Amino acid sequence: MHKQYETVIGLEVHVELATKTKIFCGCSTEFGGAPNTHTCPVCTGMPGSLPVLNRKVVEYAIAVGLATNCNITQYCKFDRKNYFYPDNPQNYQISQLYLPICRNGHVDIETESGKKSVRIHEIHMEEDAGKMIHDEWEDCSLVDYNRSGVPLIEIVSEPDMRSAEEVIAYLEKLRMLIQYLGASDCKLNEGSMRADVNLSVREVGAKEYGTRTEMKNLNSFRSITHAIKAERERQIELLEAGQTVVQETRRWDENREESYTMRSKEDAQDYRYFPDPDLVPIYISDEWIEEIRKSQPEFREAKMVRYKEEFDIPEYDIGIITDSKHMADLFEETTAICKQPKKVSNWLMGETLRLLKEKSMDAEDIVFSPEHLAKLIGLVDAKAITGTVAKEVFEIMFEKDIDPESYVEEKGLKTVNDEGTLRKTIEEVIVDNPKSVEDYHNGKEKAIGFLVGQTMKAMKGQADVGLVNQILKELL
Amino acid sequence: MINDEIMDYIGILAKLELSAEEKESTKKDMERMLAYFDKLNELDTTGIEPVSHITKVQNVFREDMVTKGDEHEKTLQNAPREKDNMFMVPKIFG
Repeated sequence: MHKQYETVIGLEVHVELATKTKIFCGCSTEFGGAPNTHTCPVCTGMPGSLPVLNRKVVEYAIAVGLATNCNITQYCKFDRKNYFYPDNPQNYQISQLYLPICRNGHVDIETESGKKSVRIHEIHMEEDAGKMIHDEWEDCSLVDYNRSGVPLIEIVSEPDMRSAEEVIAYLEKLRMLIQYLGASDCKLNEGSMRADVNLSVREVGAKEYGTRTEMKNLNSFRSITHAIKAERERQIELLEAGQTVVQETRRWDENREESYTMRSKEDAQDYRYFPDPDLVPIYISDEWIEEIRKSQPEFREAKMVRYKEEFDIPEYDIGIITDSKHMADLFEETTAICKQPKKVSNWLMGETLRLLKEKSMDAEDIVFSPEHLAKLIGLVDAKAITGTVAKEVFEIMFEKDIDPESYVEEKGLKTVNDEGTLRKTIEEVIVDNPKSVEDYHNGKEKAIGFLVGQTMKAMKGQADVGLVNQILKELL
Repeated sequence: MINDEIMDYIGILAKLELSAEEKESTKKDMERMLAYFDKLNELDTTGIEPVSHITKVQNVFREDMVTKGDEHEKTLQNAPREKDNMFMVPKIFG
């Protein structure tokens, strides 16, 4: 390589807000309904219908703005972005151009190359479009408007990132803040968080930015990393060959690991924005902002510091537990009930993480309640069940949040510590395994382990091991 | 002045294909509209805040509660063609 290039990246991140209803009508936002069952004249753009703004959307947008150190635009309004596409039934998208709700923020990130601050240009509120399905048989497209009108915020960063690592760190940070706020579940693979990457390259030391392209269809951290690498190389190759980069929107194809131009010159990009006359302006008072600021949750950094002071658990565990708001809540609530942070942390760090990985689930998807985990810990502490049984019960709890106490009762899983029953079983084991008994008498201490194992097997793992050892030694 | 280039551009934006005659008459219509705006532009608006809404109403909100049920049959009455409860449209580049 003759020249050294620097990559300059800015991000546009769309986040679907966790409201129960759409941004401008009372239709449900629930994911996965049958086609067009969550639609009405408003979200299908019927003439004469009138949009009315969902208050919760404004509150979530302000909350995210405060968490990302933005100024709140106290007088803001909606604009129409005009374009024709079948997933956009009004032929315009209601968005914010002139007075976005949040401006001039920043989030701090940390990567191997150090700490830095990524500036946020603005955050605006807008509506999502419908979903298109391409029908191969009939050579046509089919549209489902259930997603049309689902509230989004778009978070636009300044071009402050210089590598894929910084982009991932920035996205992780946003995801963490927004999940902690409960404003969205931020799942890239389900589309509740979508990132468009604006990228340009320039020679190291250059003052001006190069021409940028916008990359769409990136639905995992993996494809974001791949796309950044490929687009950087593509642009450098063009420049090295004496050609120029064309400012355009490109679509990433993860299977082929390459991108292609999405829009041709025929599709002129001219959105002719103008204020939406159907929606009145929003005035956000100081009191309203203060109210939202007061109800902001304790974020991860503060939580980590507090856990270190309050609970005797390793720093590594604290990092993992606070990585998800849901996991942190589970930890705190369970600990509040059973007062045993170490044991709660062990269940989360051990079996919970193992099952999450095995079933490729997110921590946000955990269904068991703190009450039930506390009860399970209580059962083990009281020696009512053995560790082996506890793990079995936990697996069922992980799947469908059963009450471990009644489950253990129903299935008869309680540890047997009734001497009579144990003695009887052990006597049988001794009769059935004369070889091991002989070994033991000949000084092979290890043989007793085998006999304990056989007894536990006969008791389906539900015997008090200490008691079994004691009785065995006595009988031998 | 509305020239042919502008006419073609507007045609692309509006997804309209106009015949030569239609183009000529539309051109005249649009020039008349522009002339009207020129008239408005004669007003001196220095120091006046642009107005986007003429009423003084602000902060009209809905609470976040589901008020609509399944209306897919009504919605689909507006579909020129449908399949599997979805609107059928000409094939779009996917």
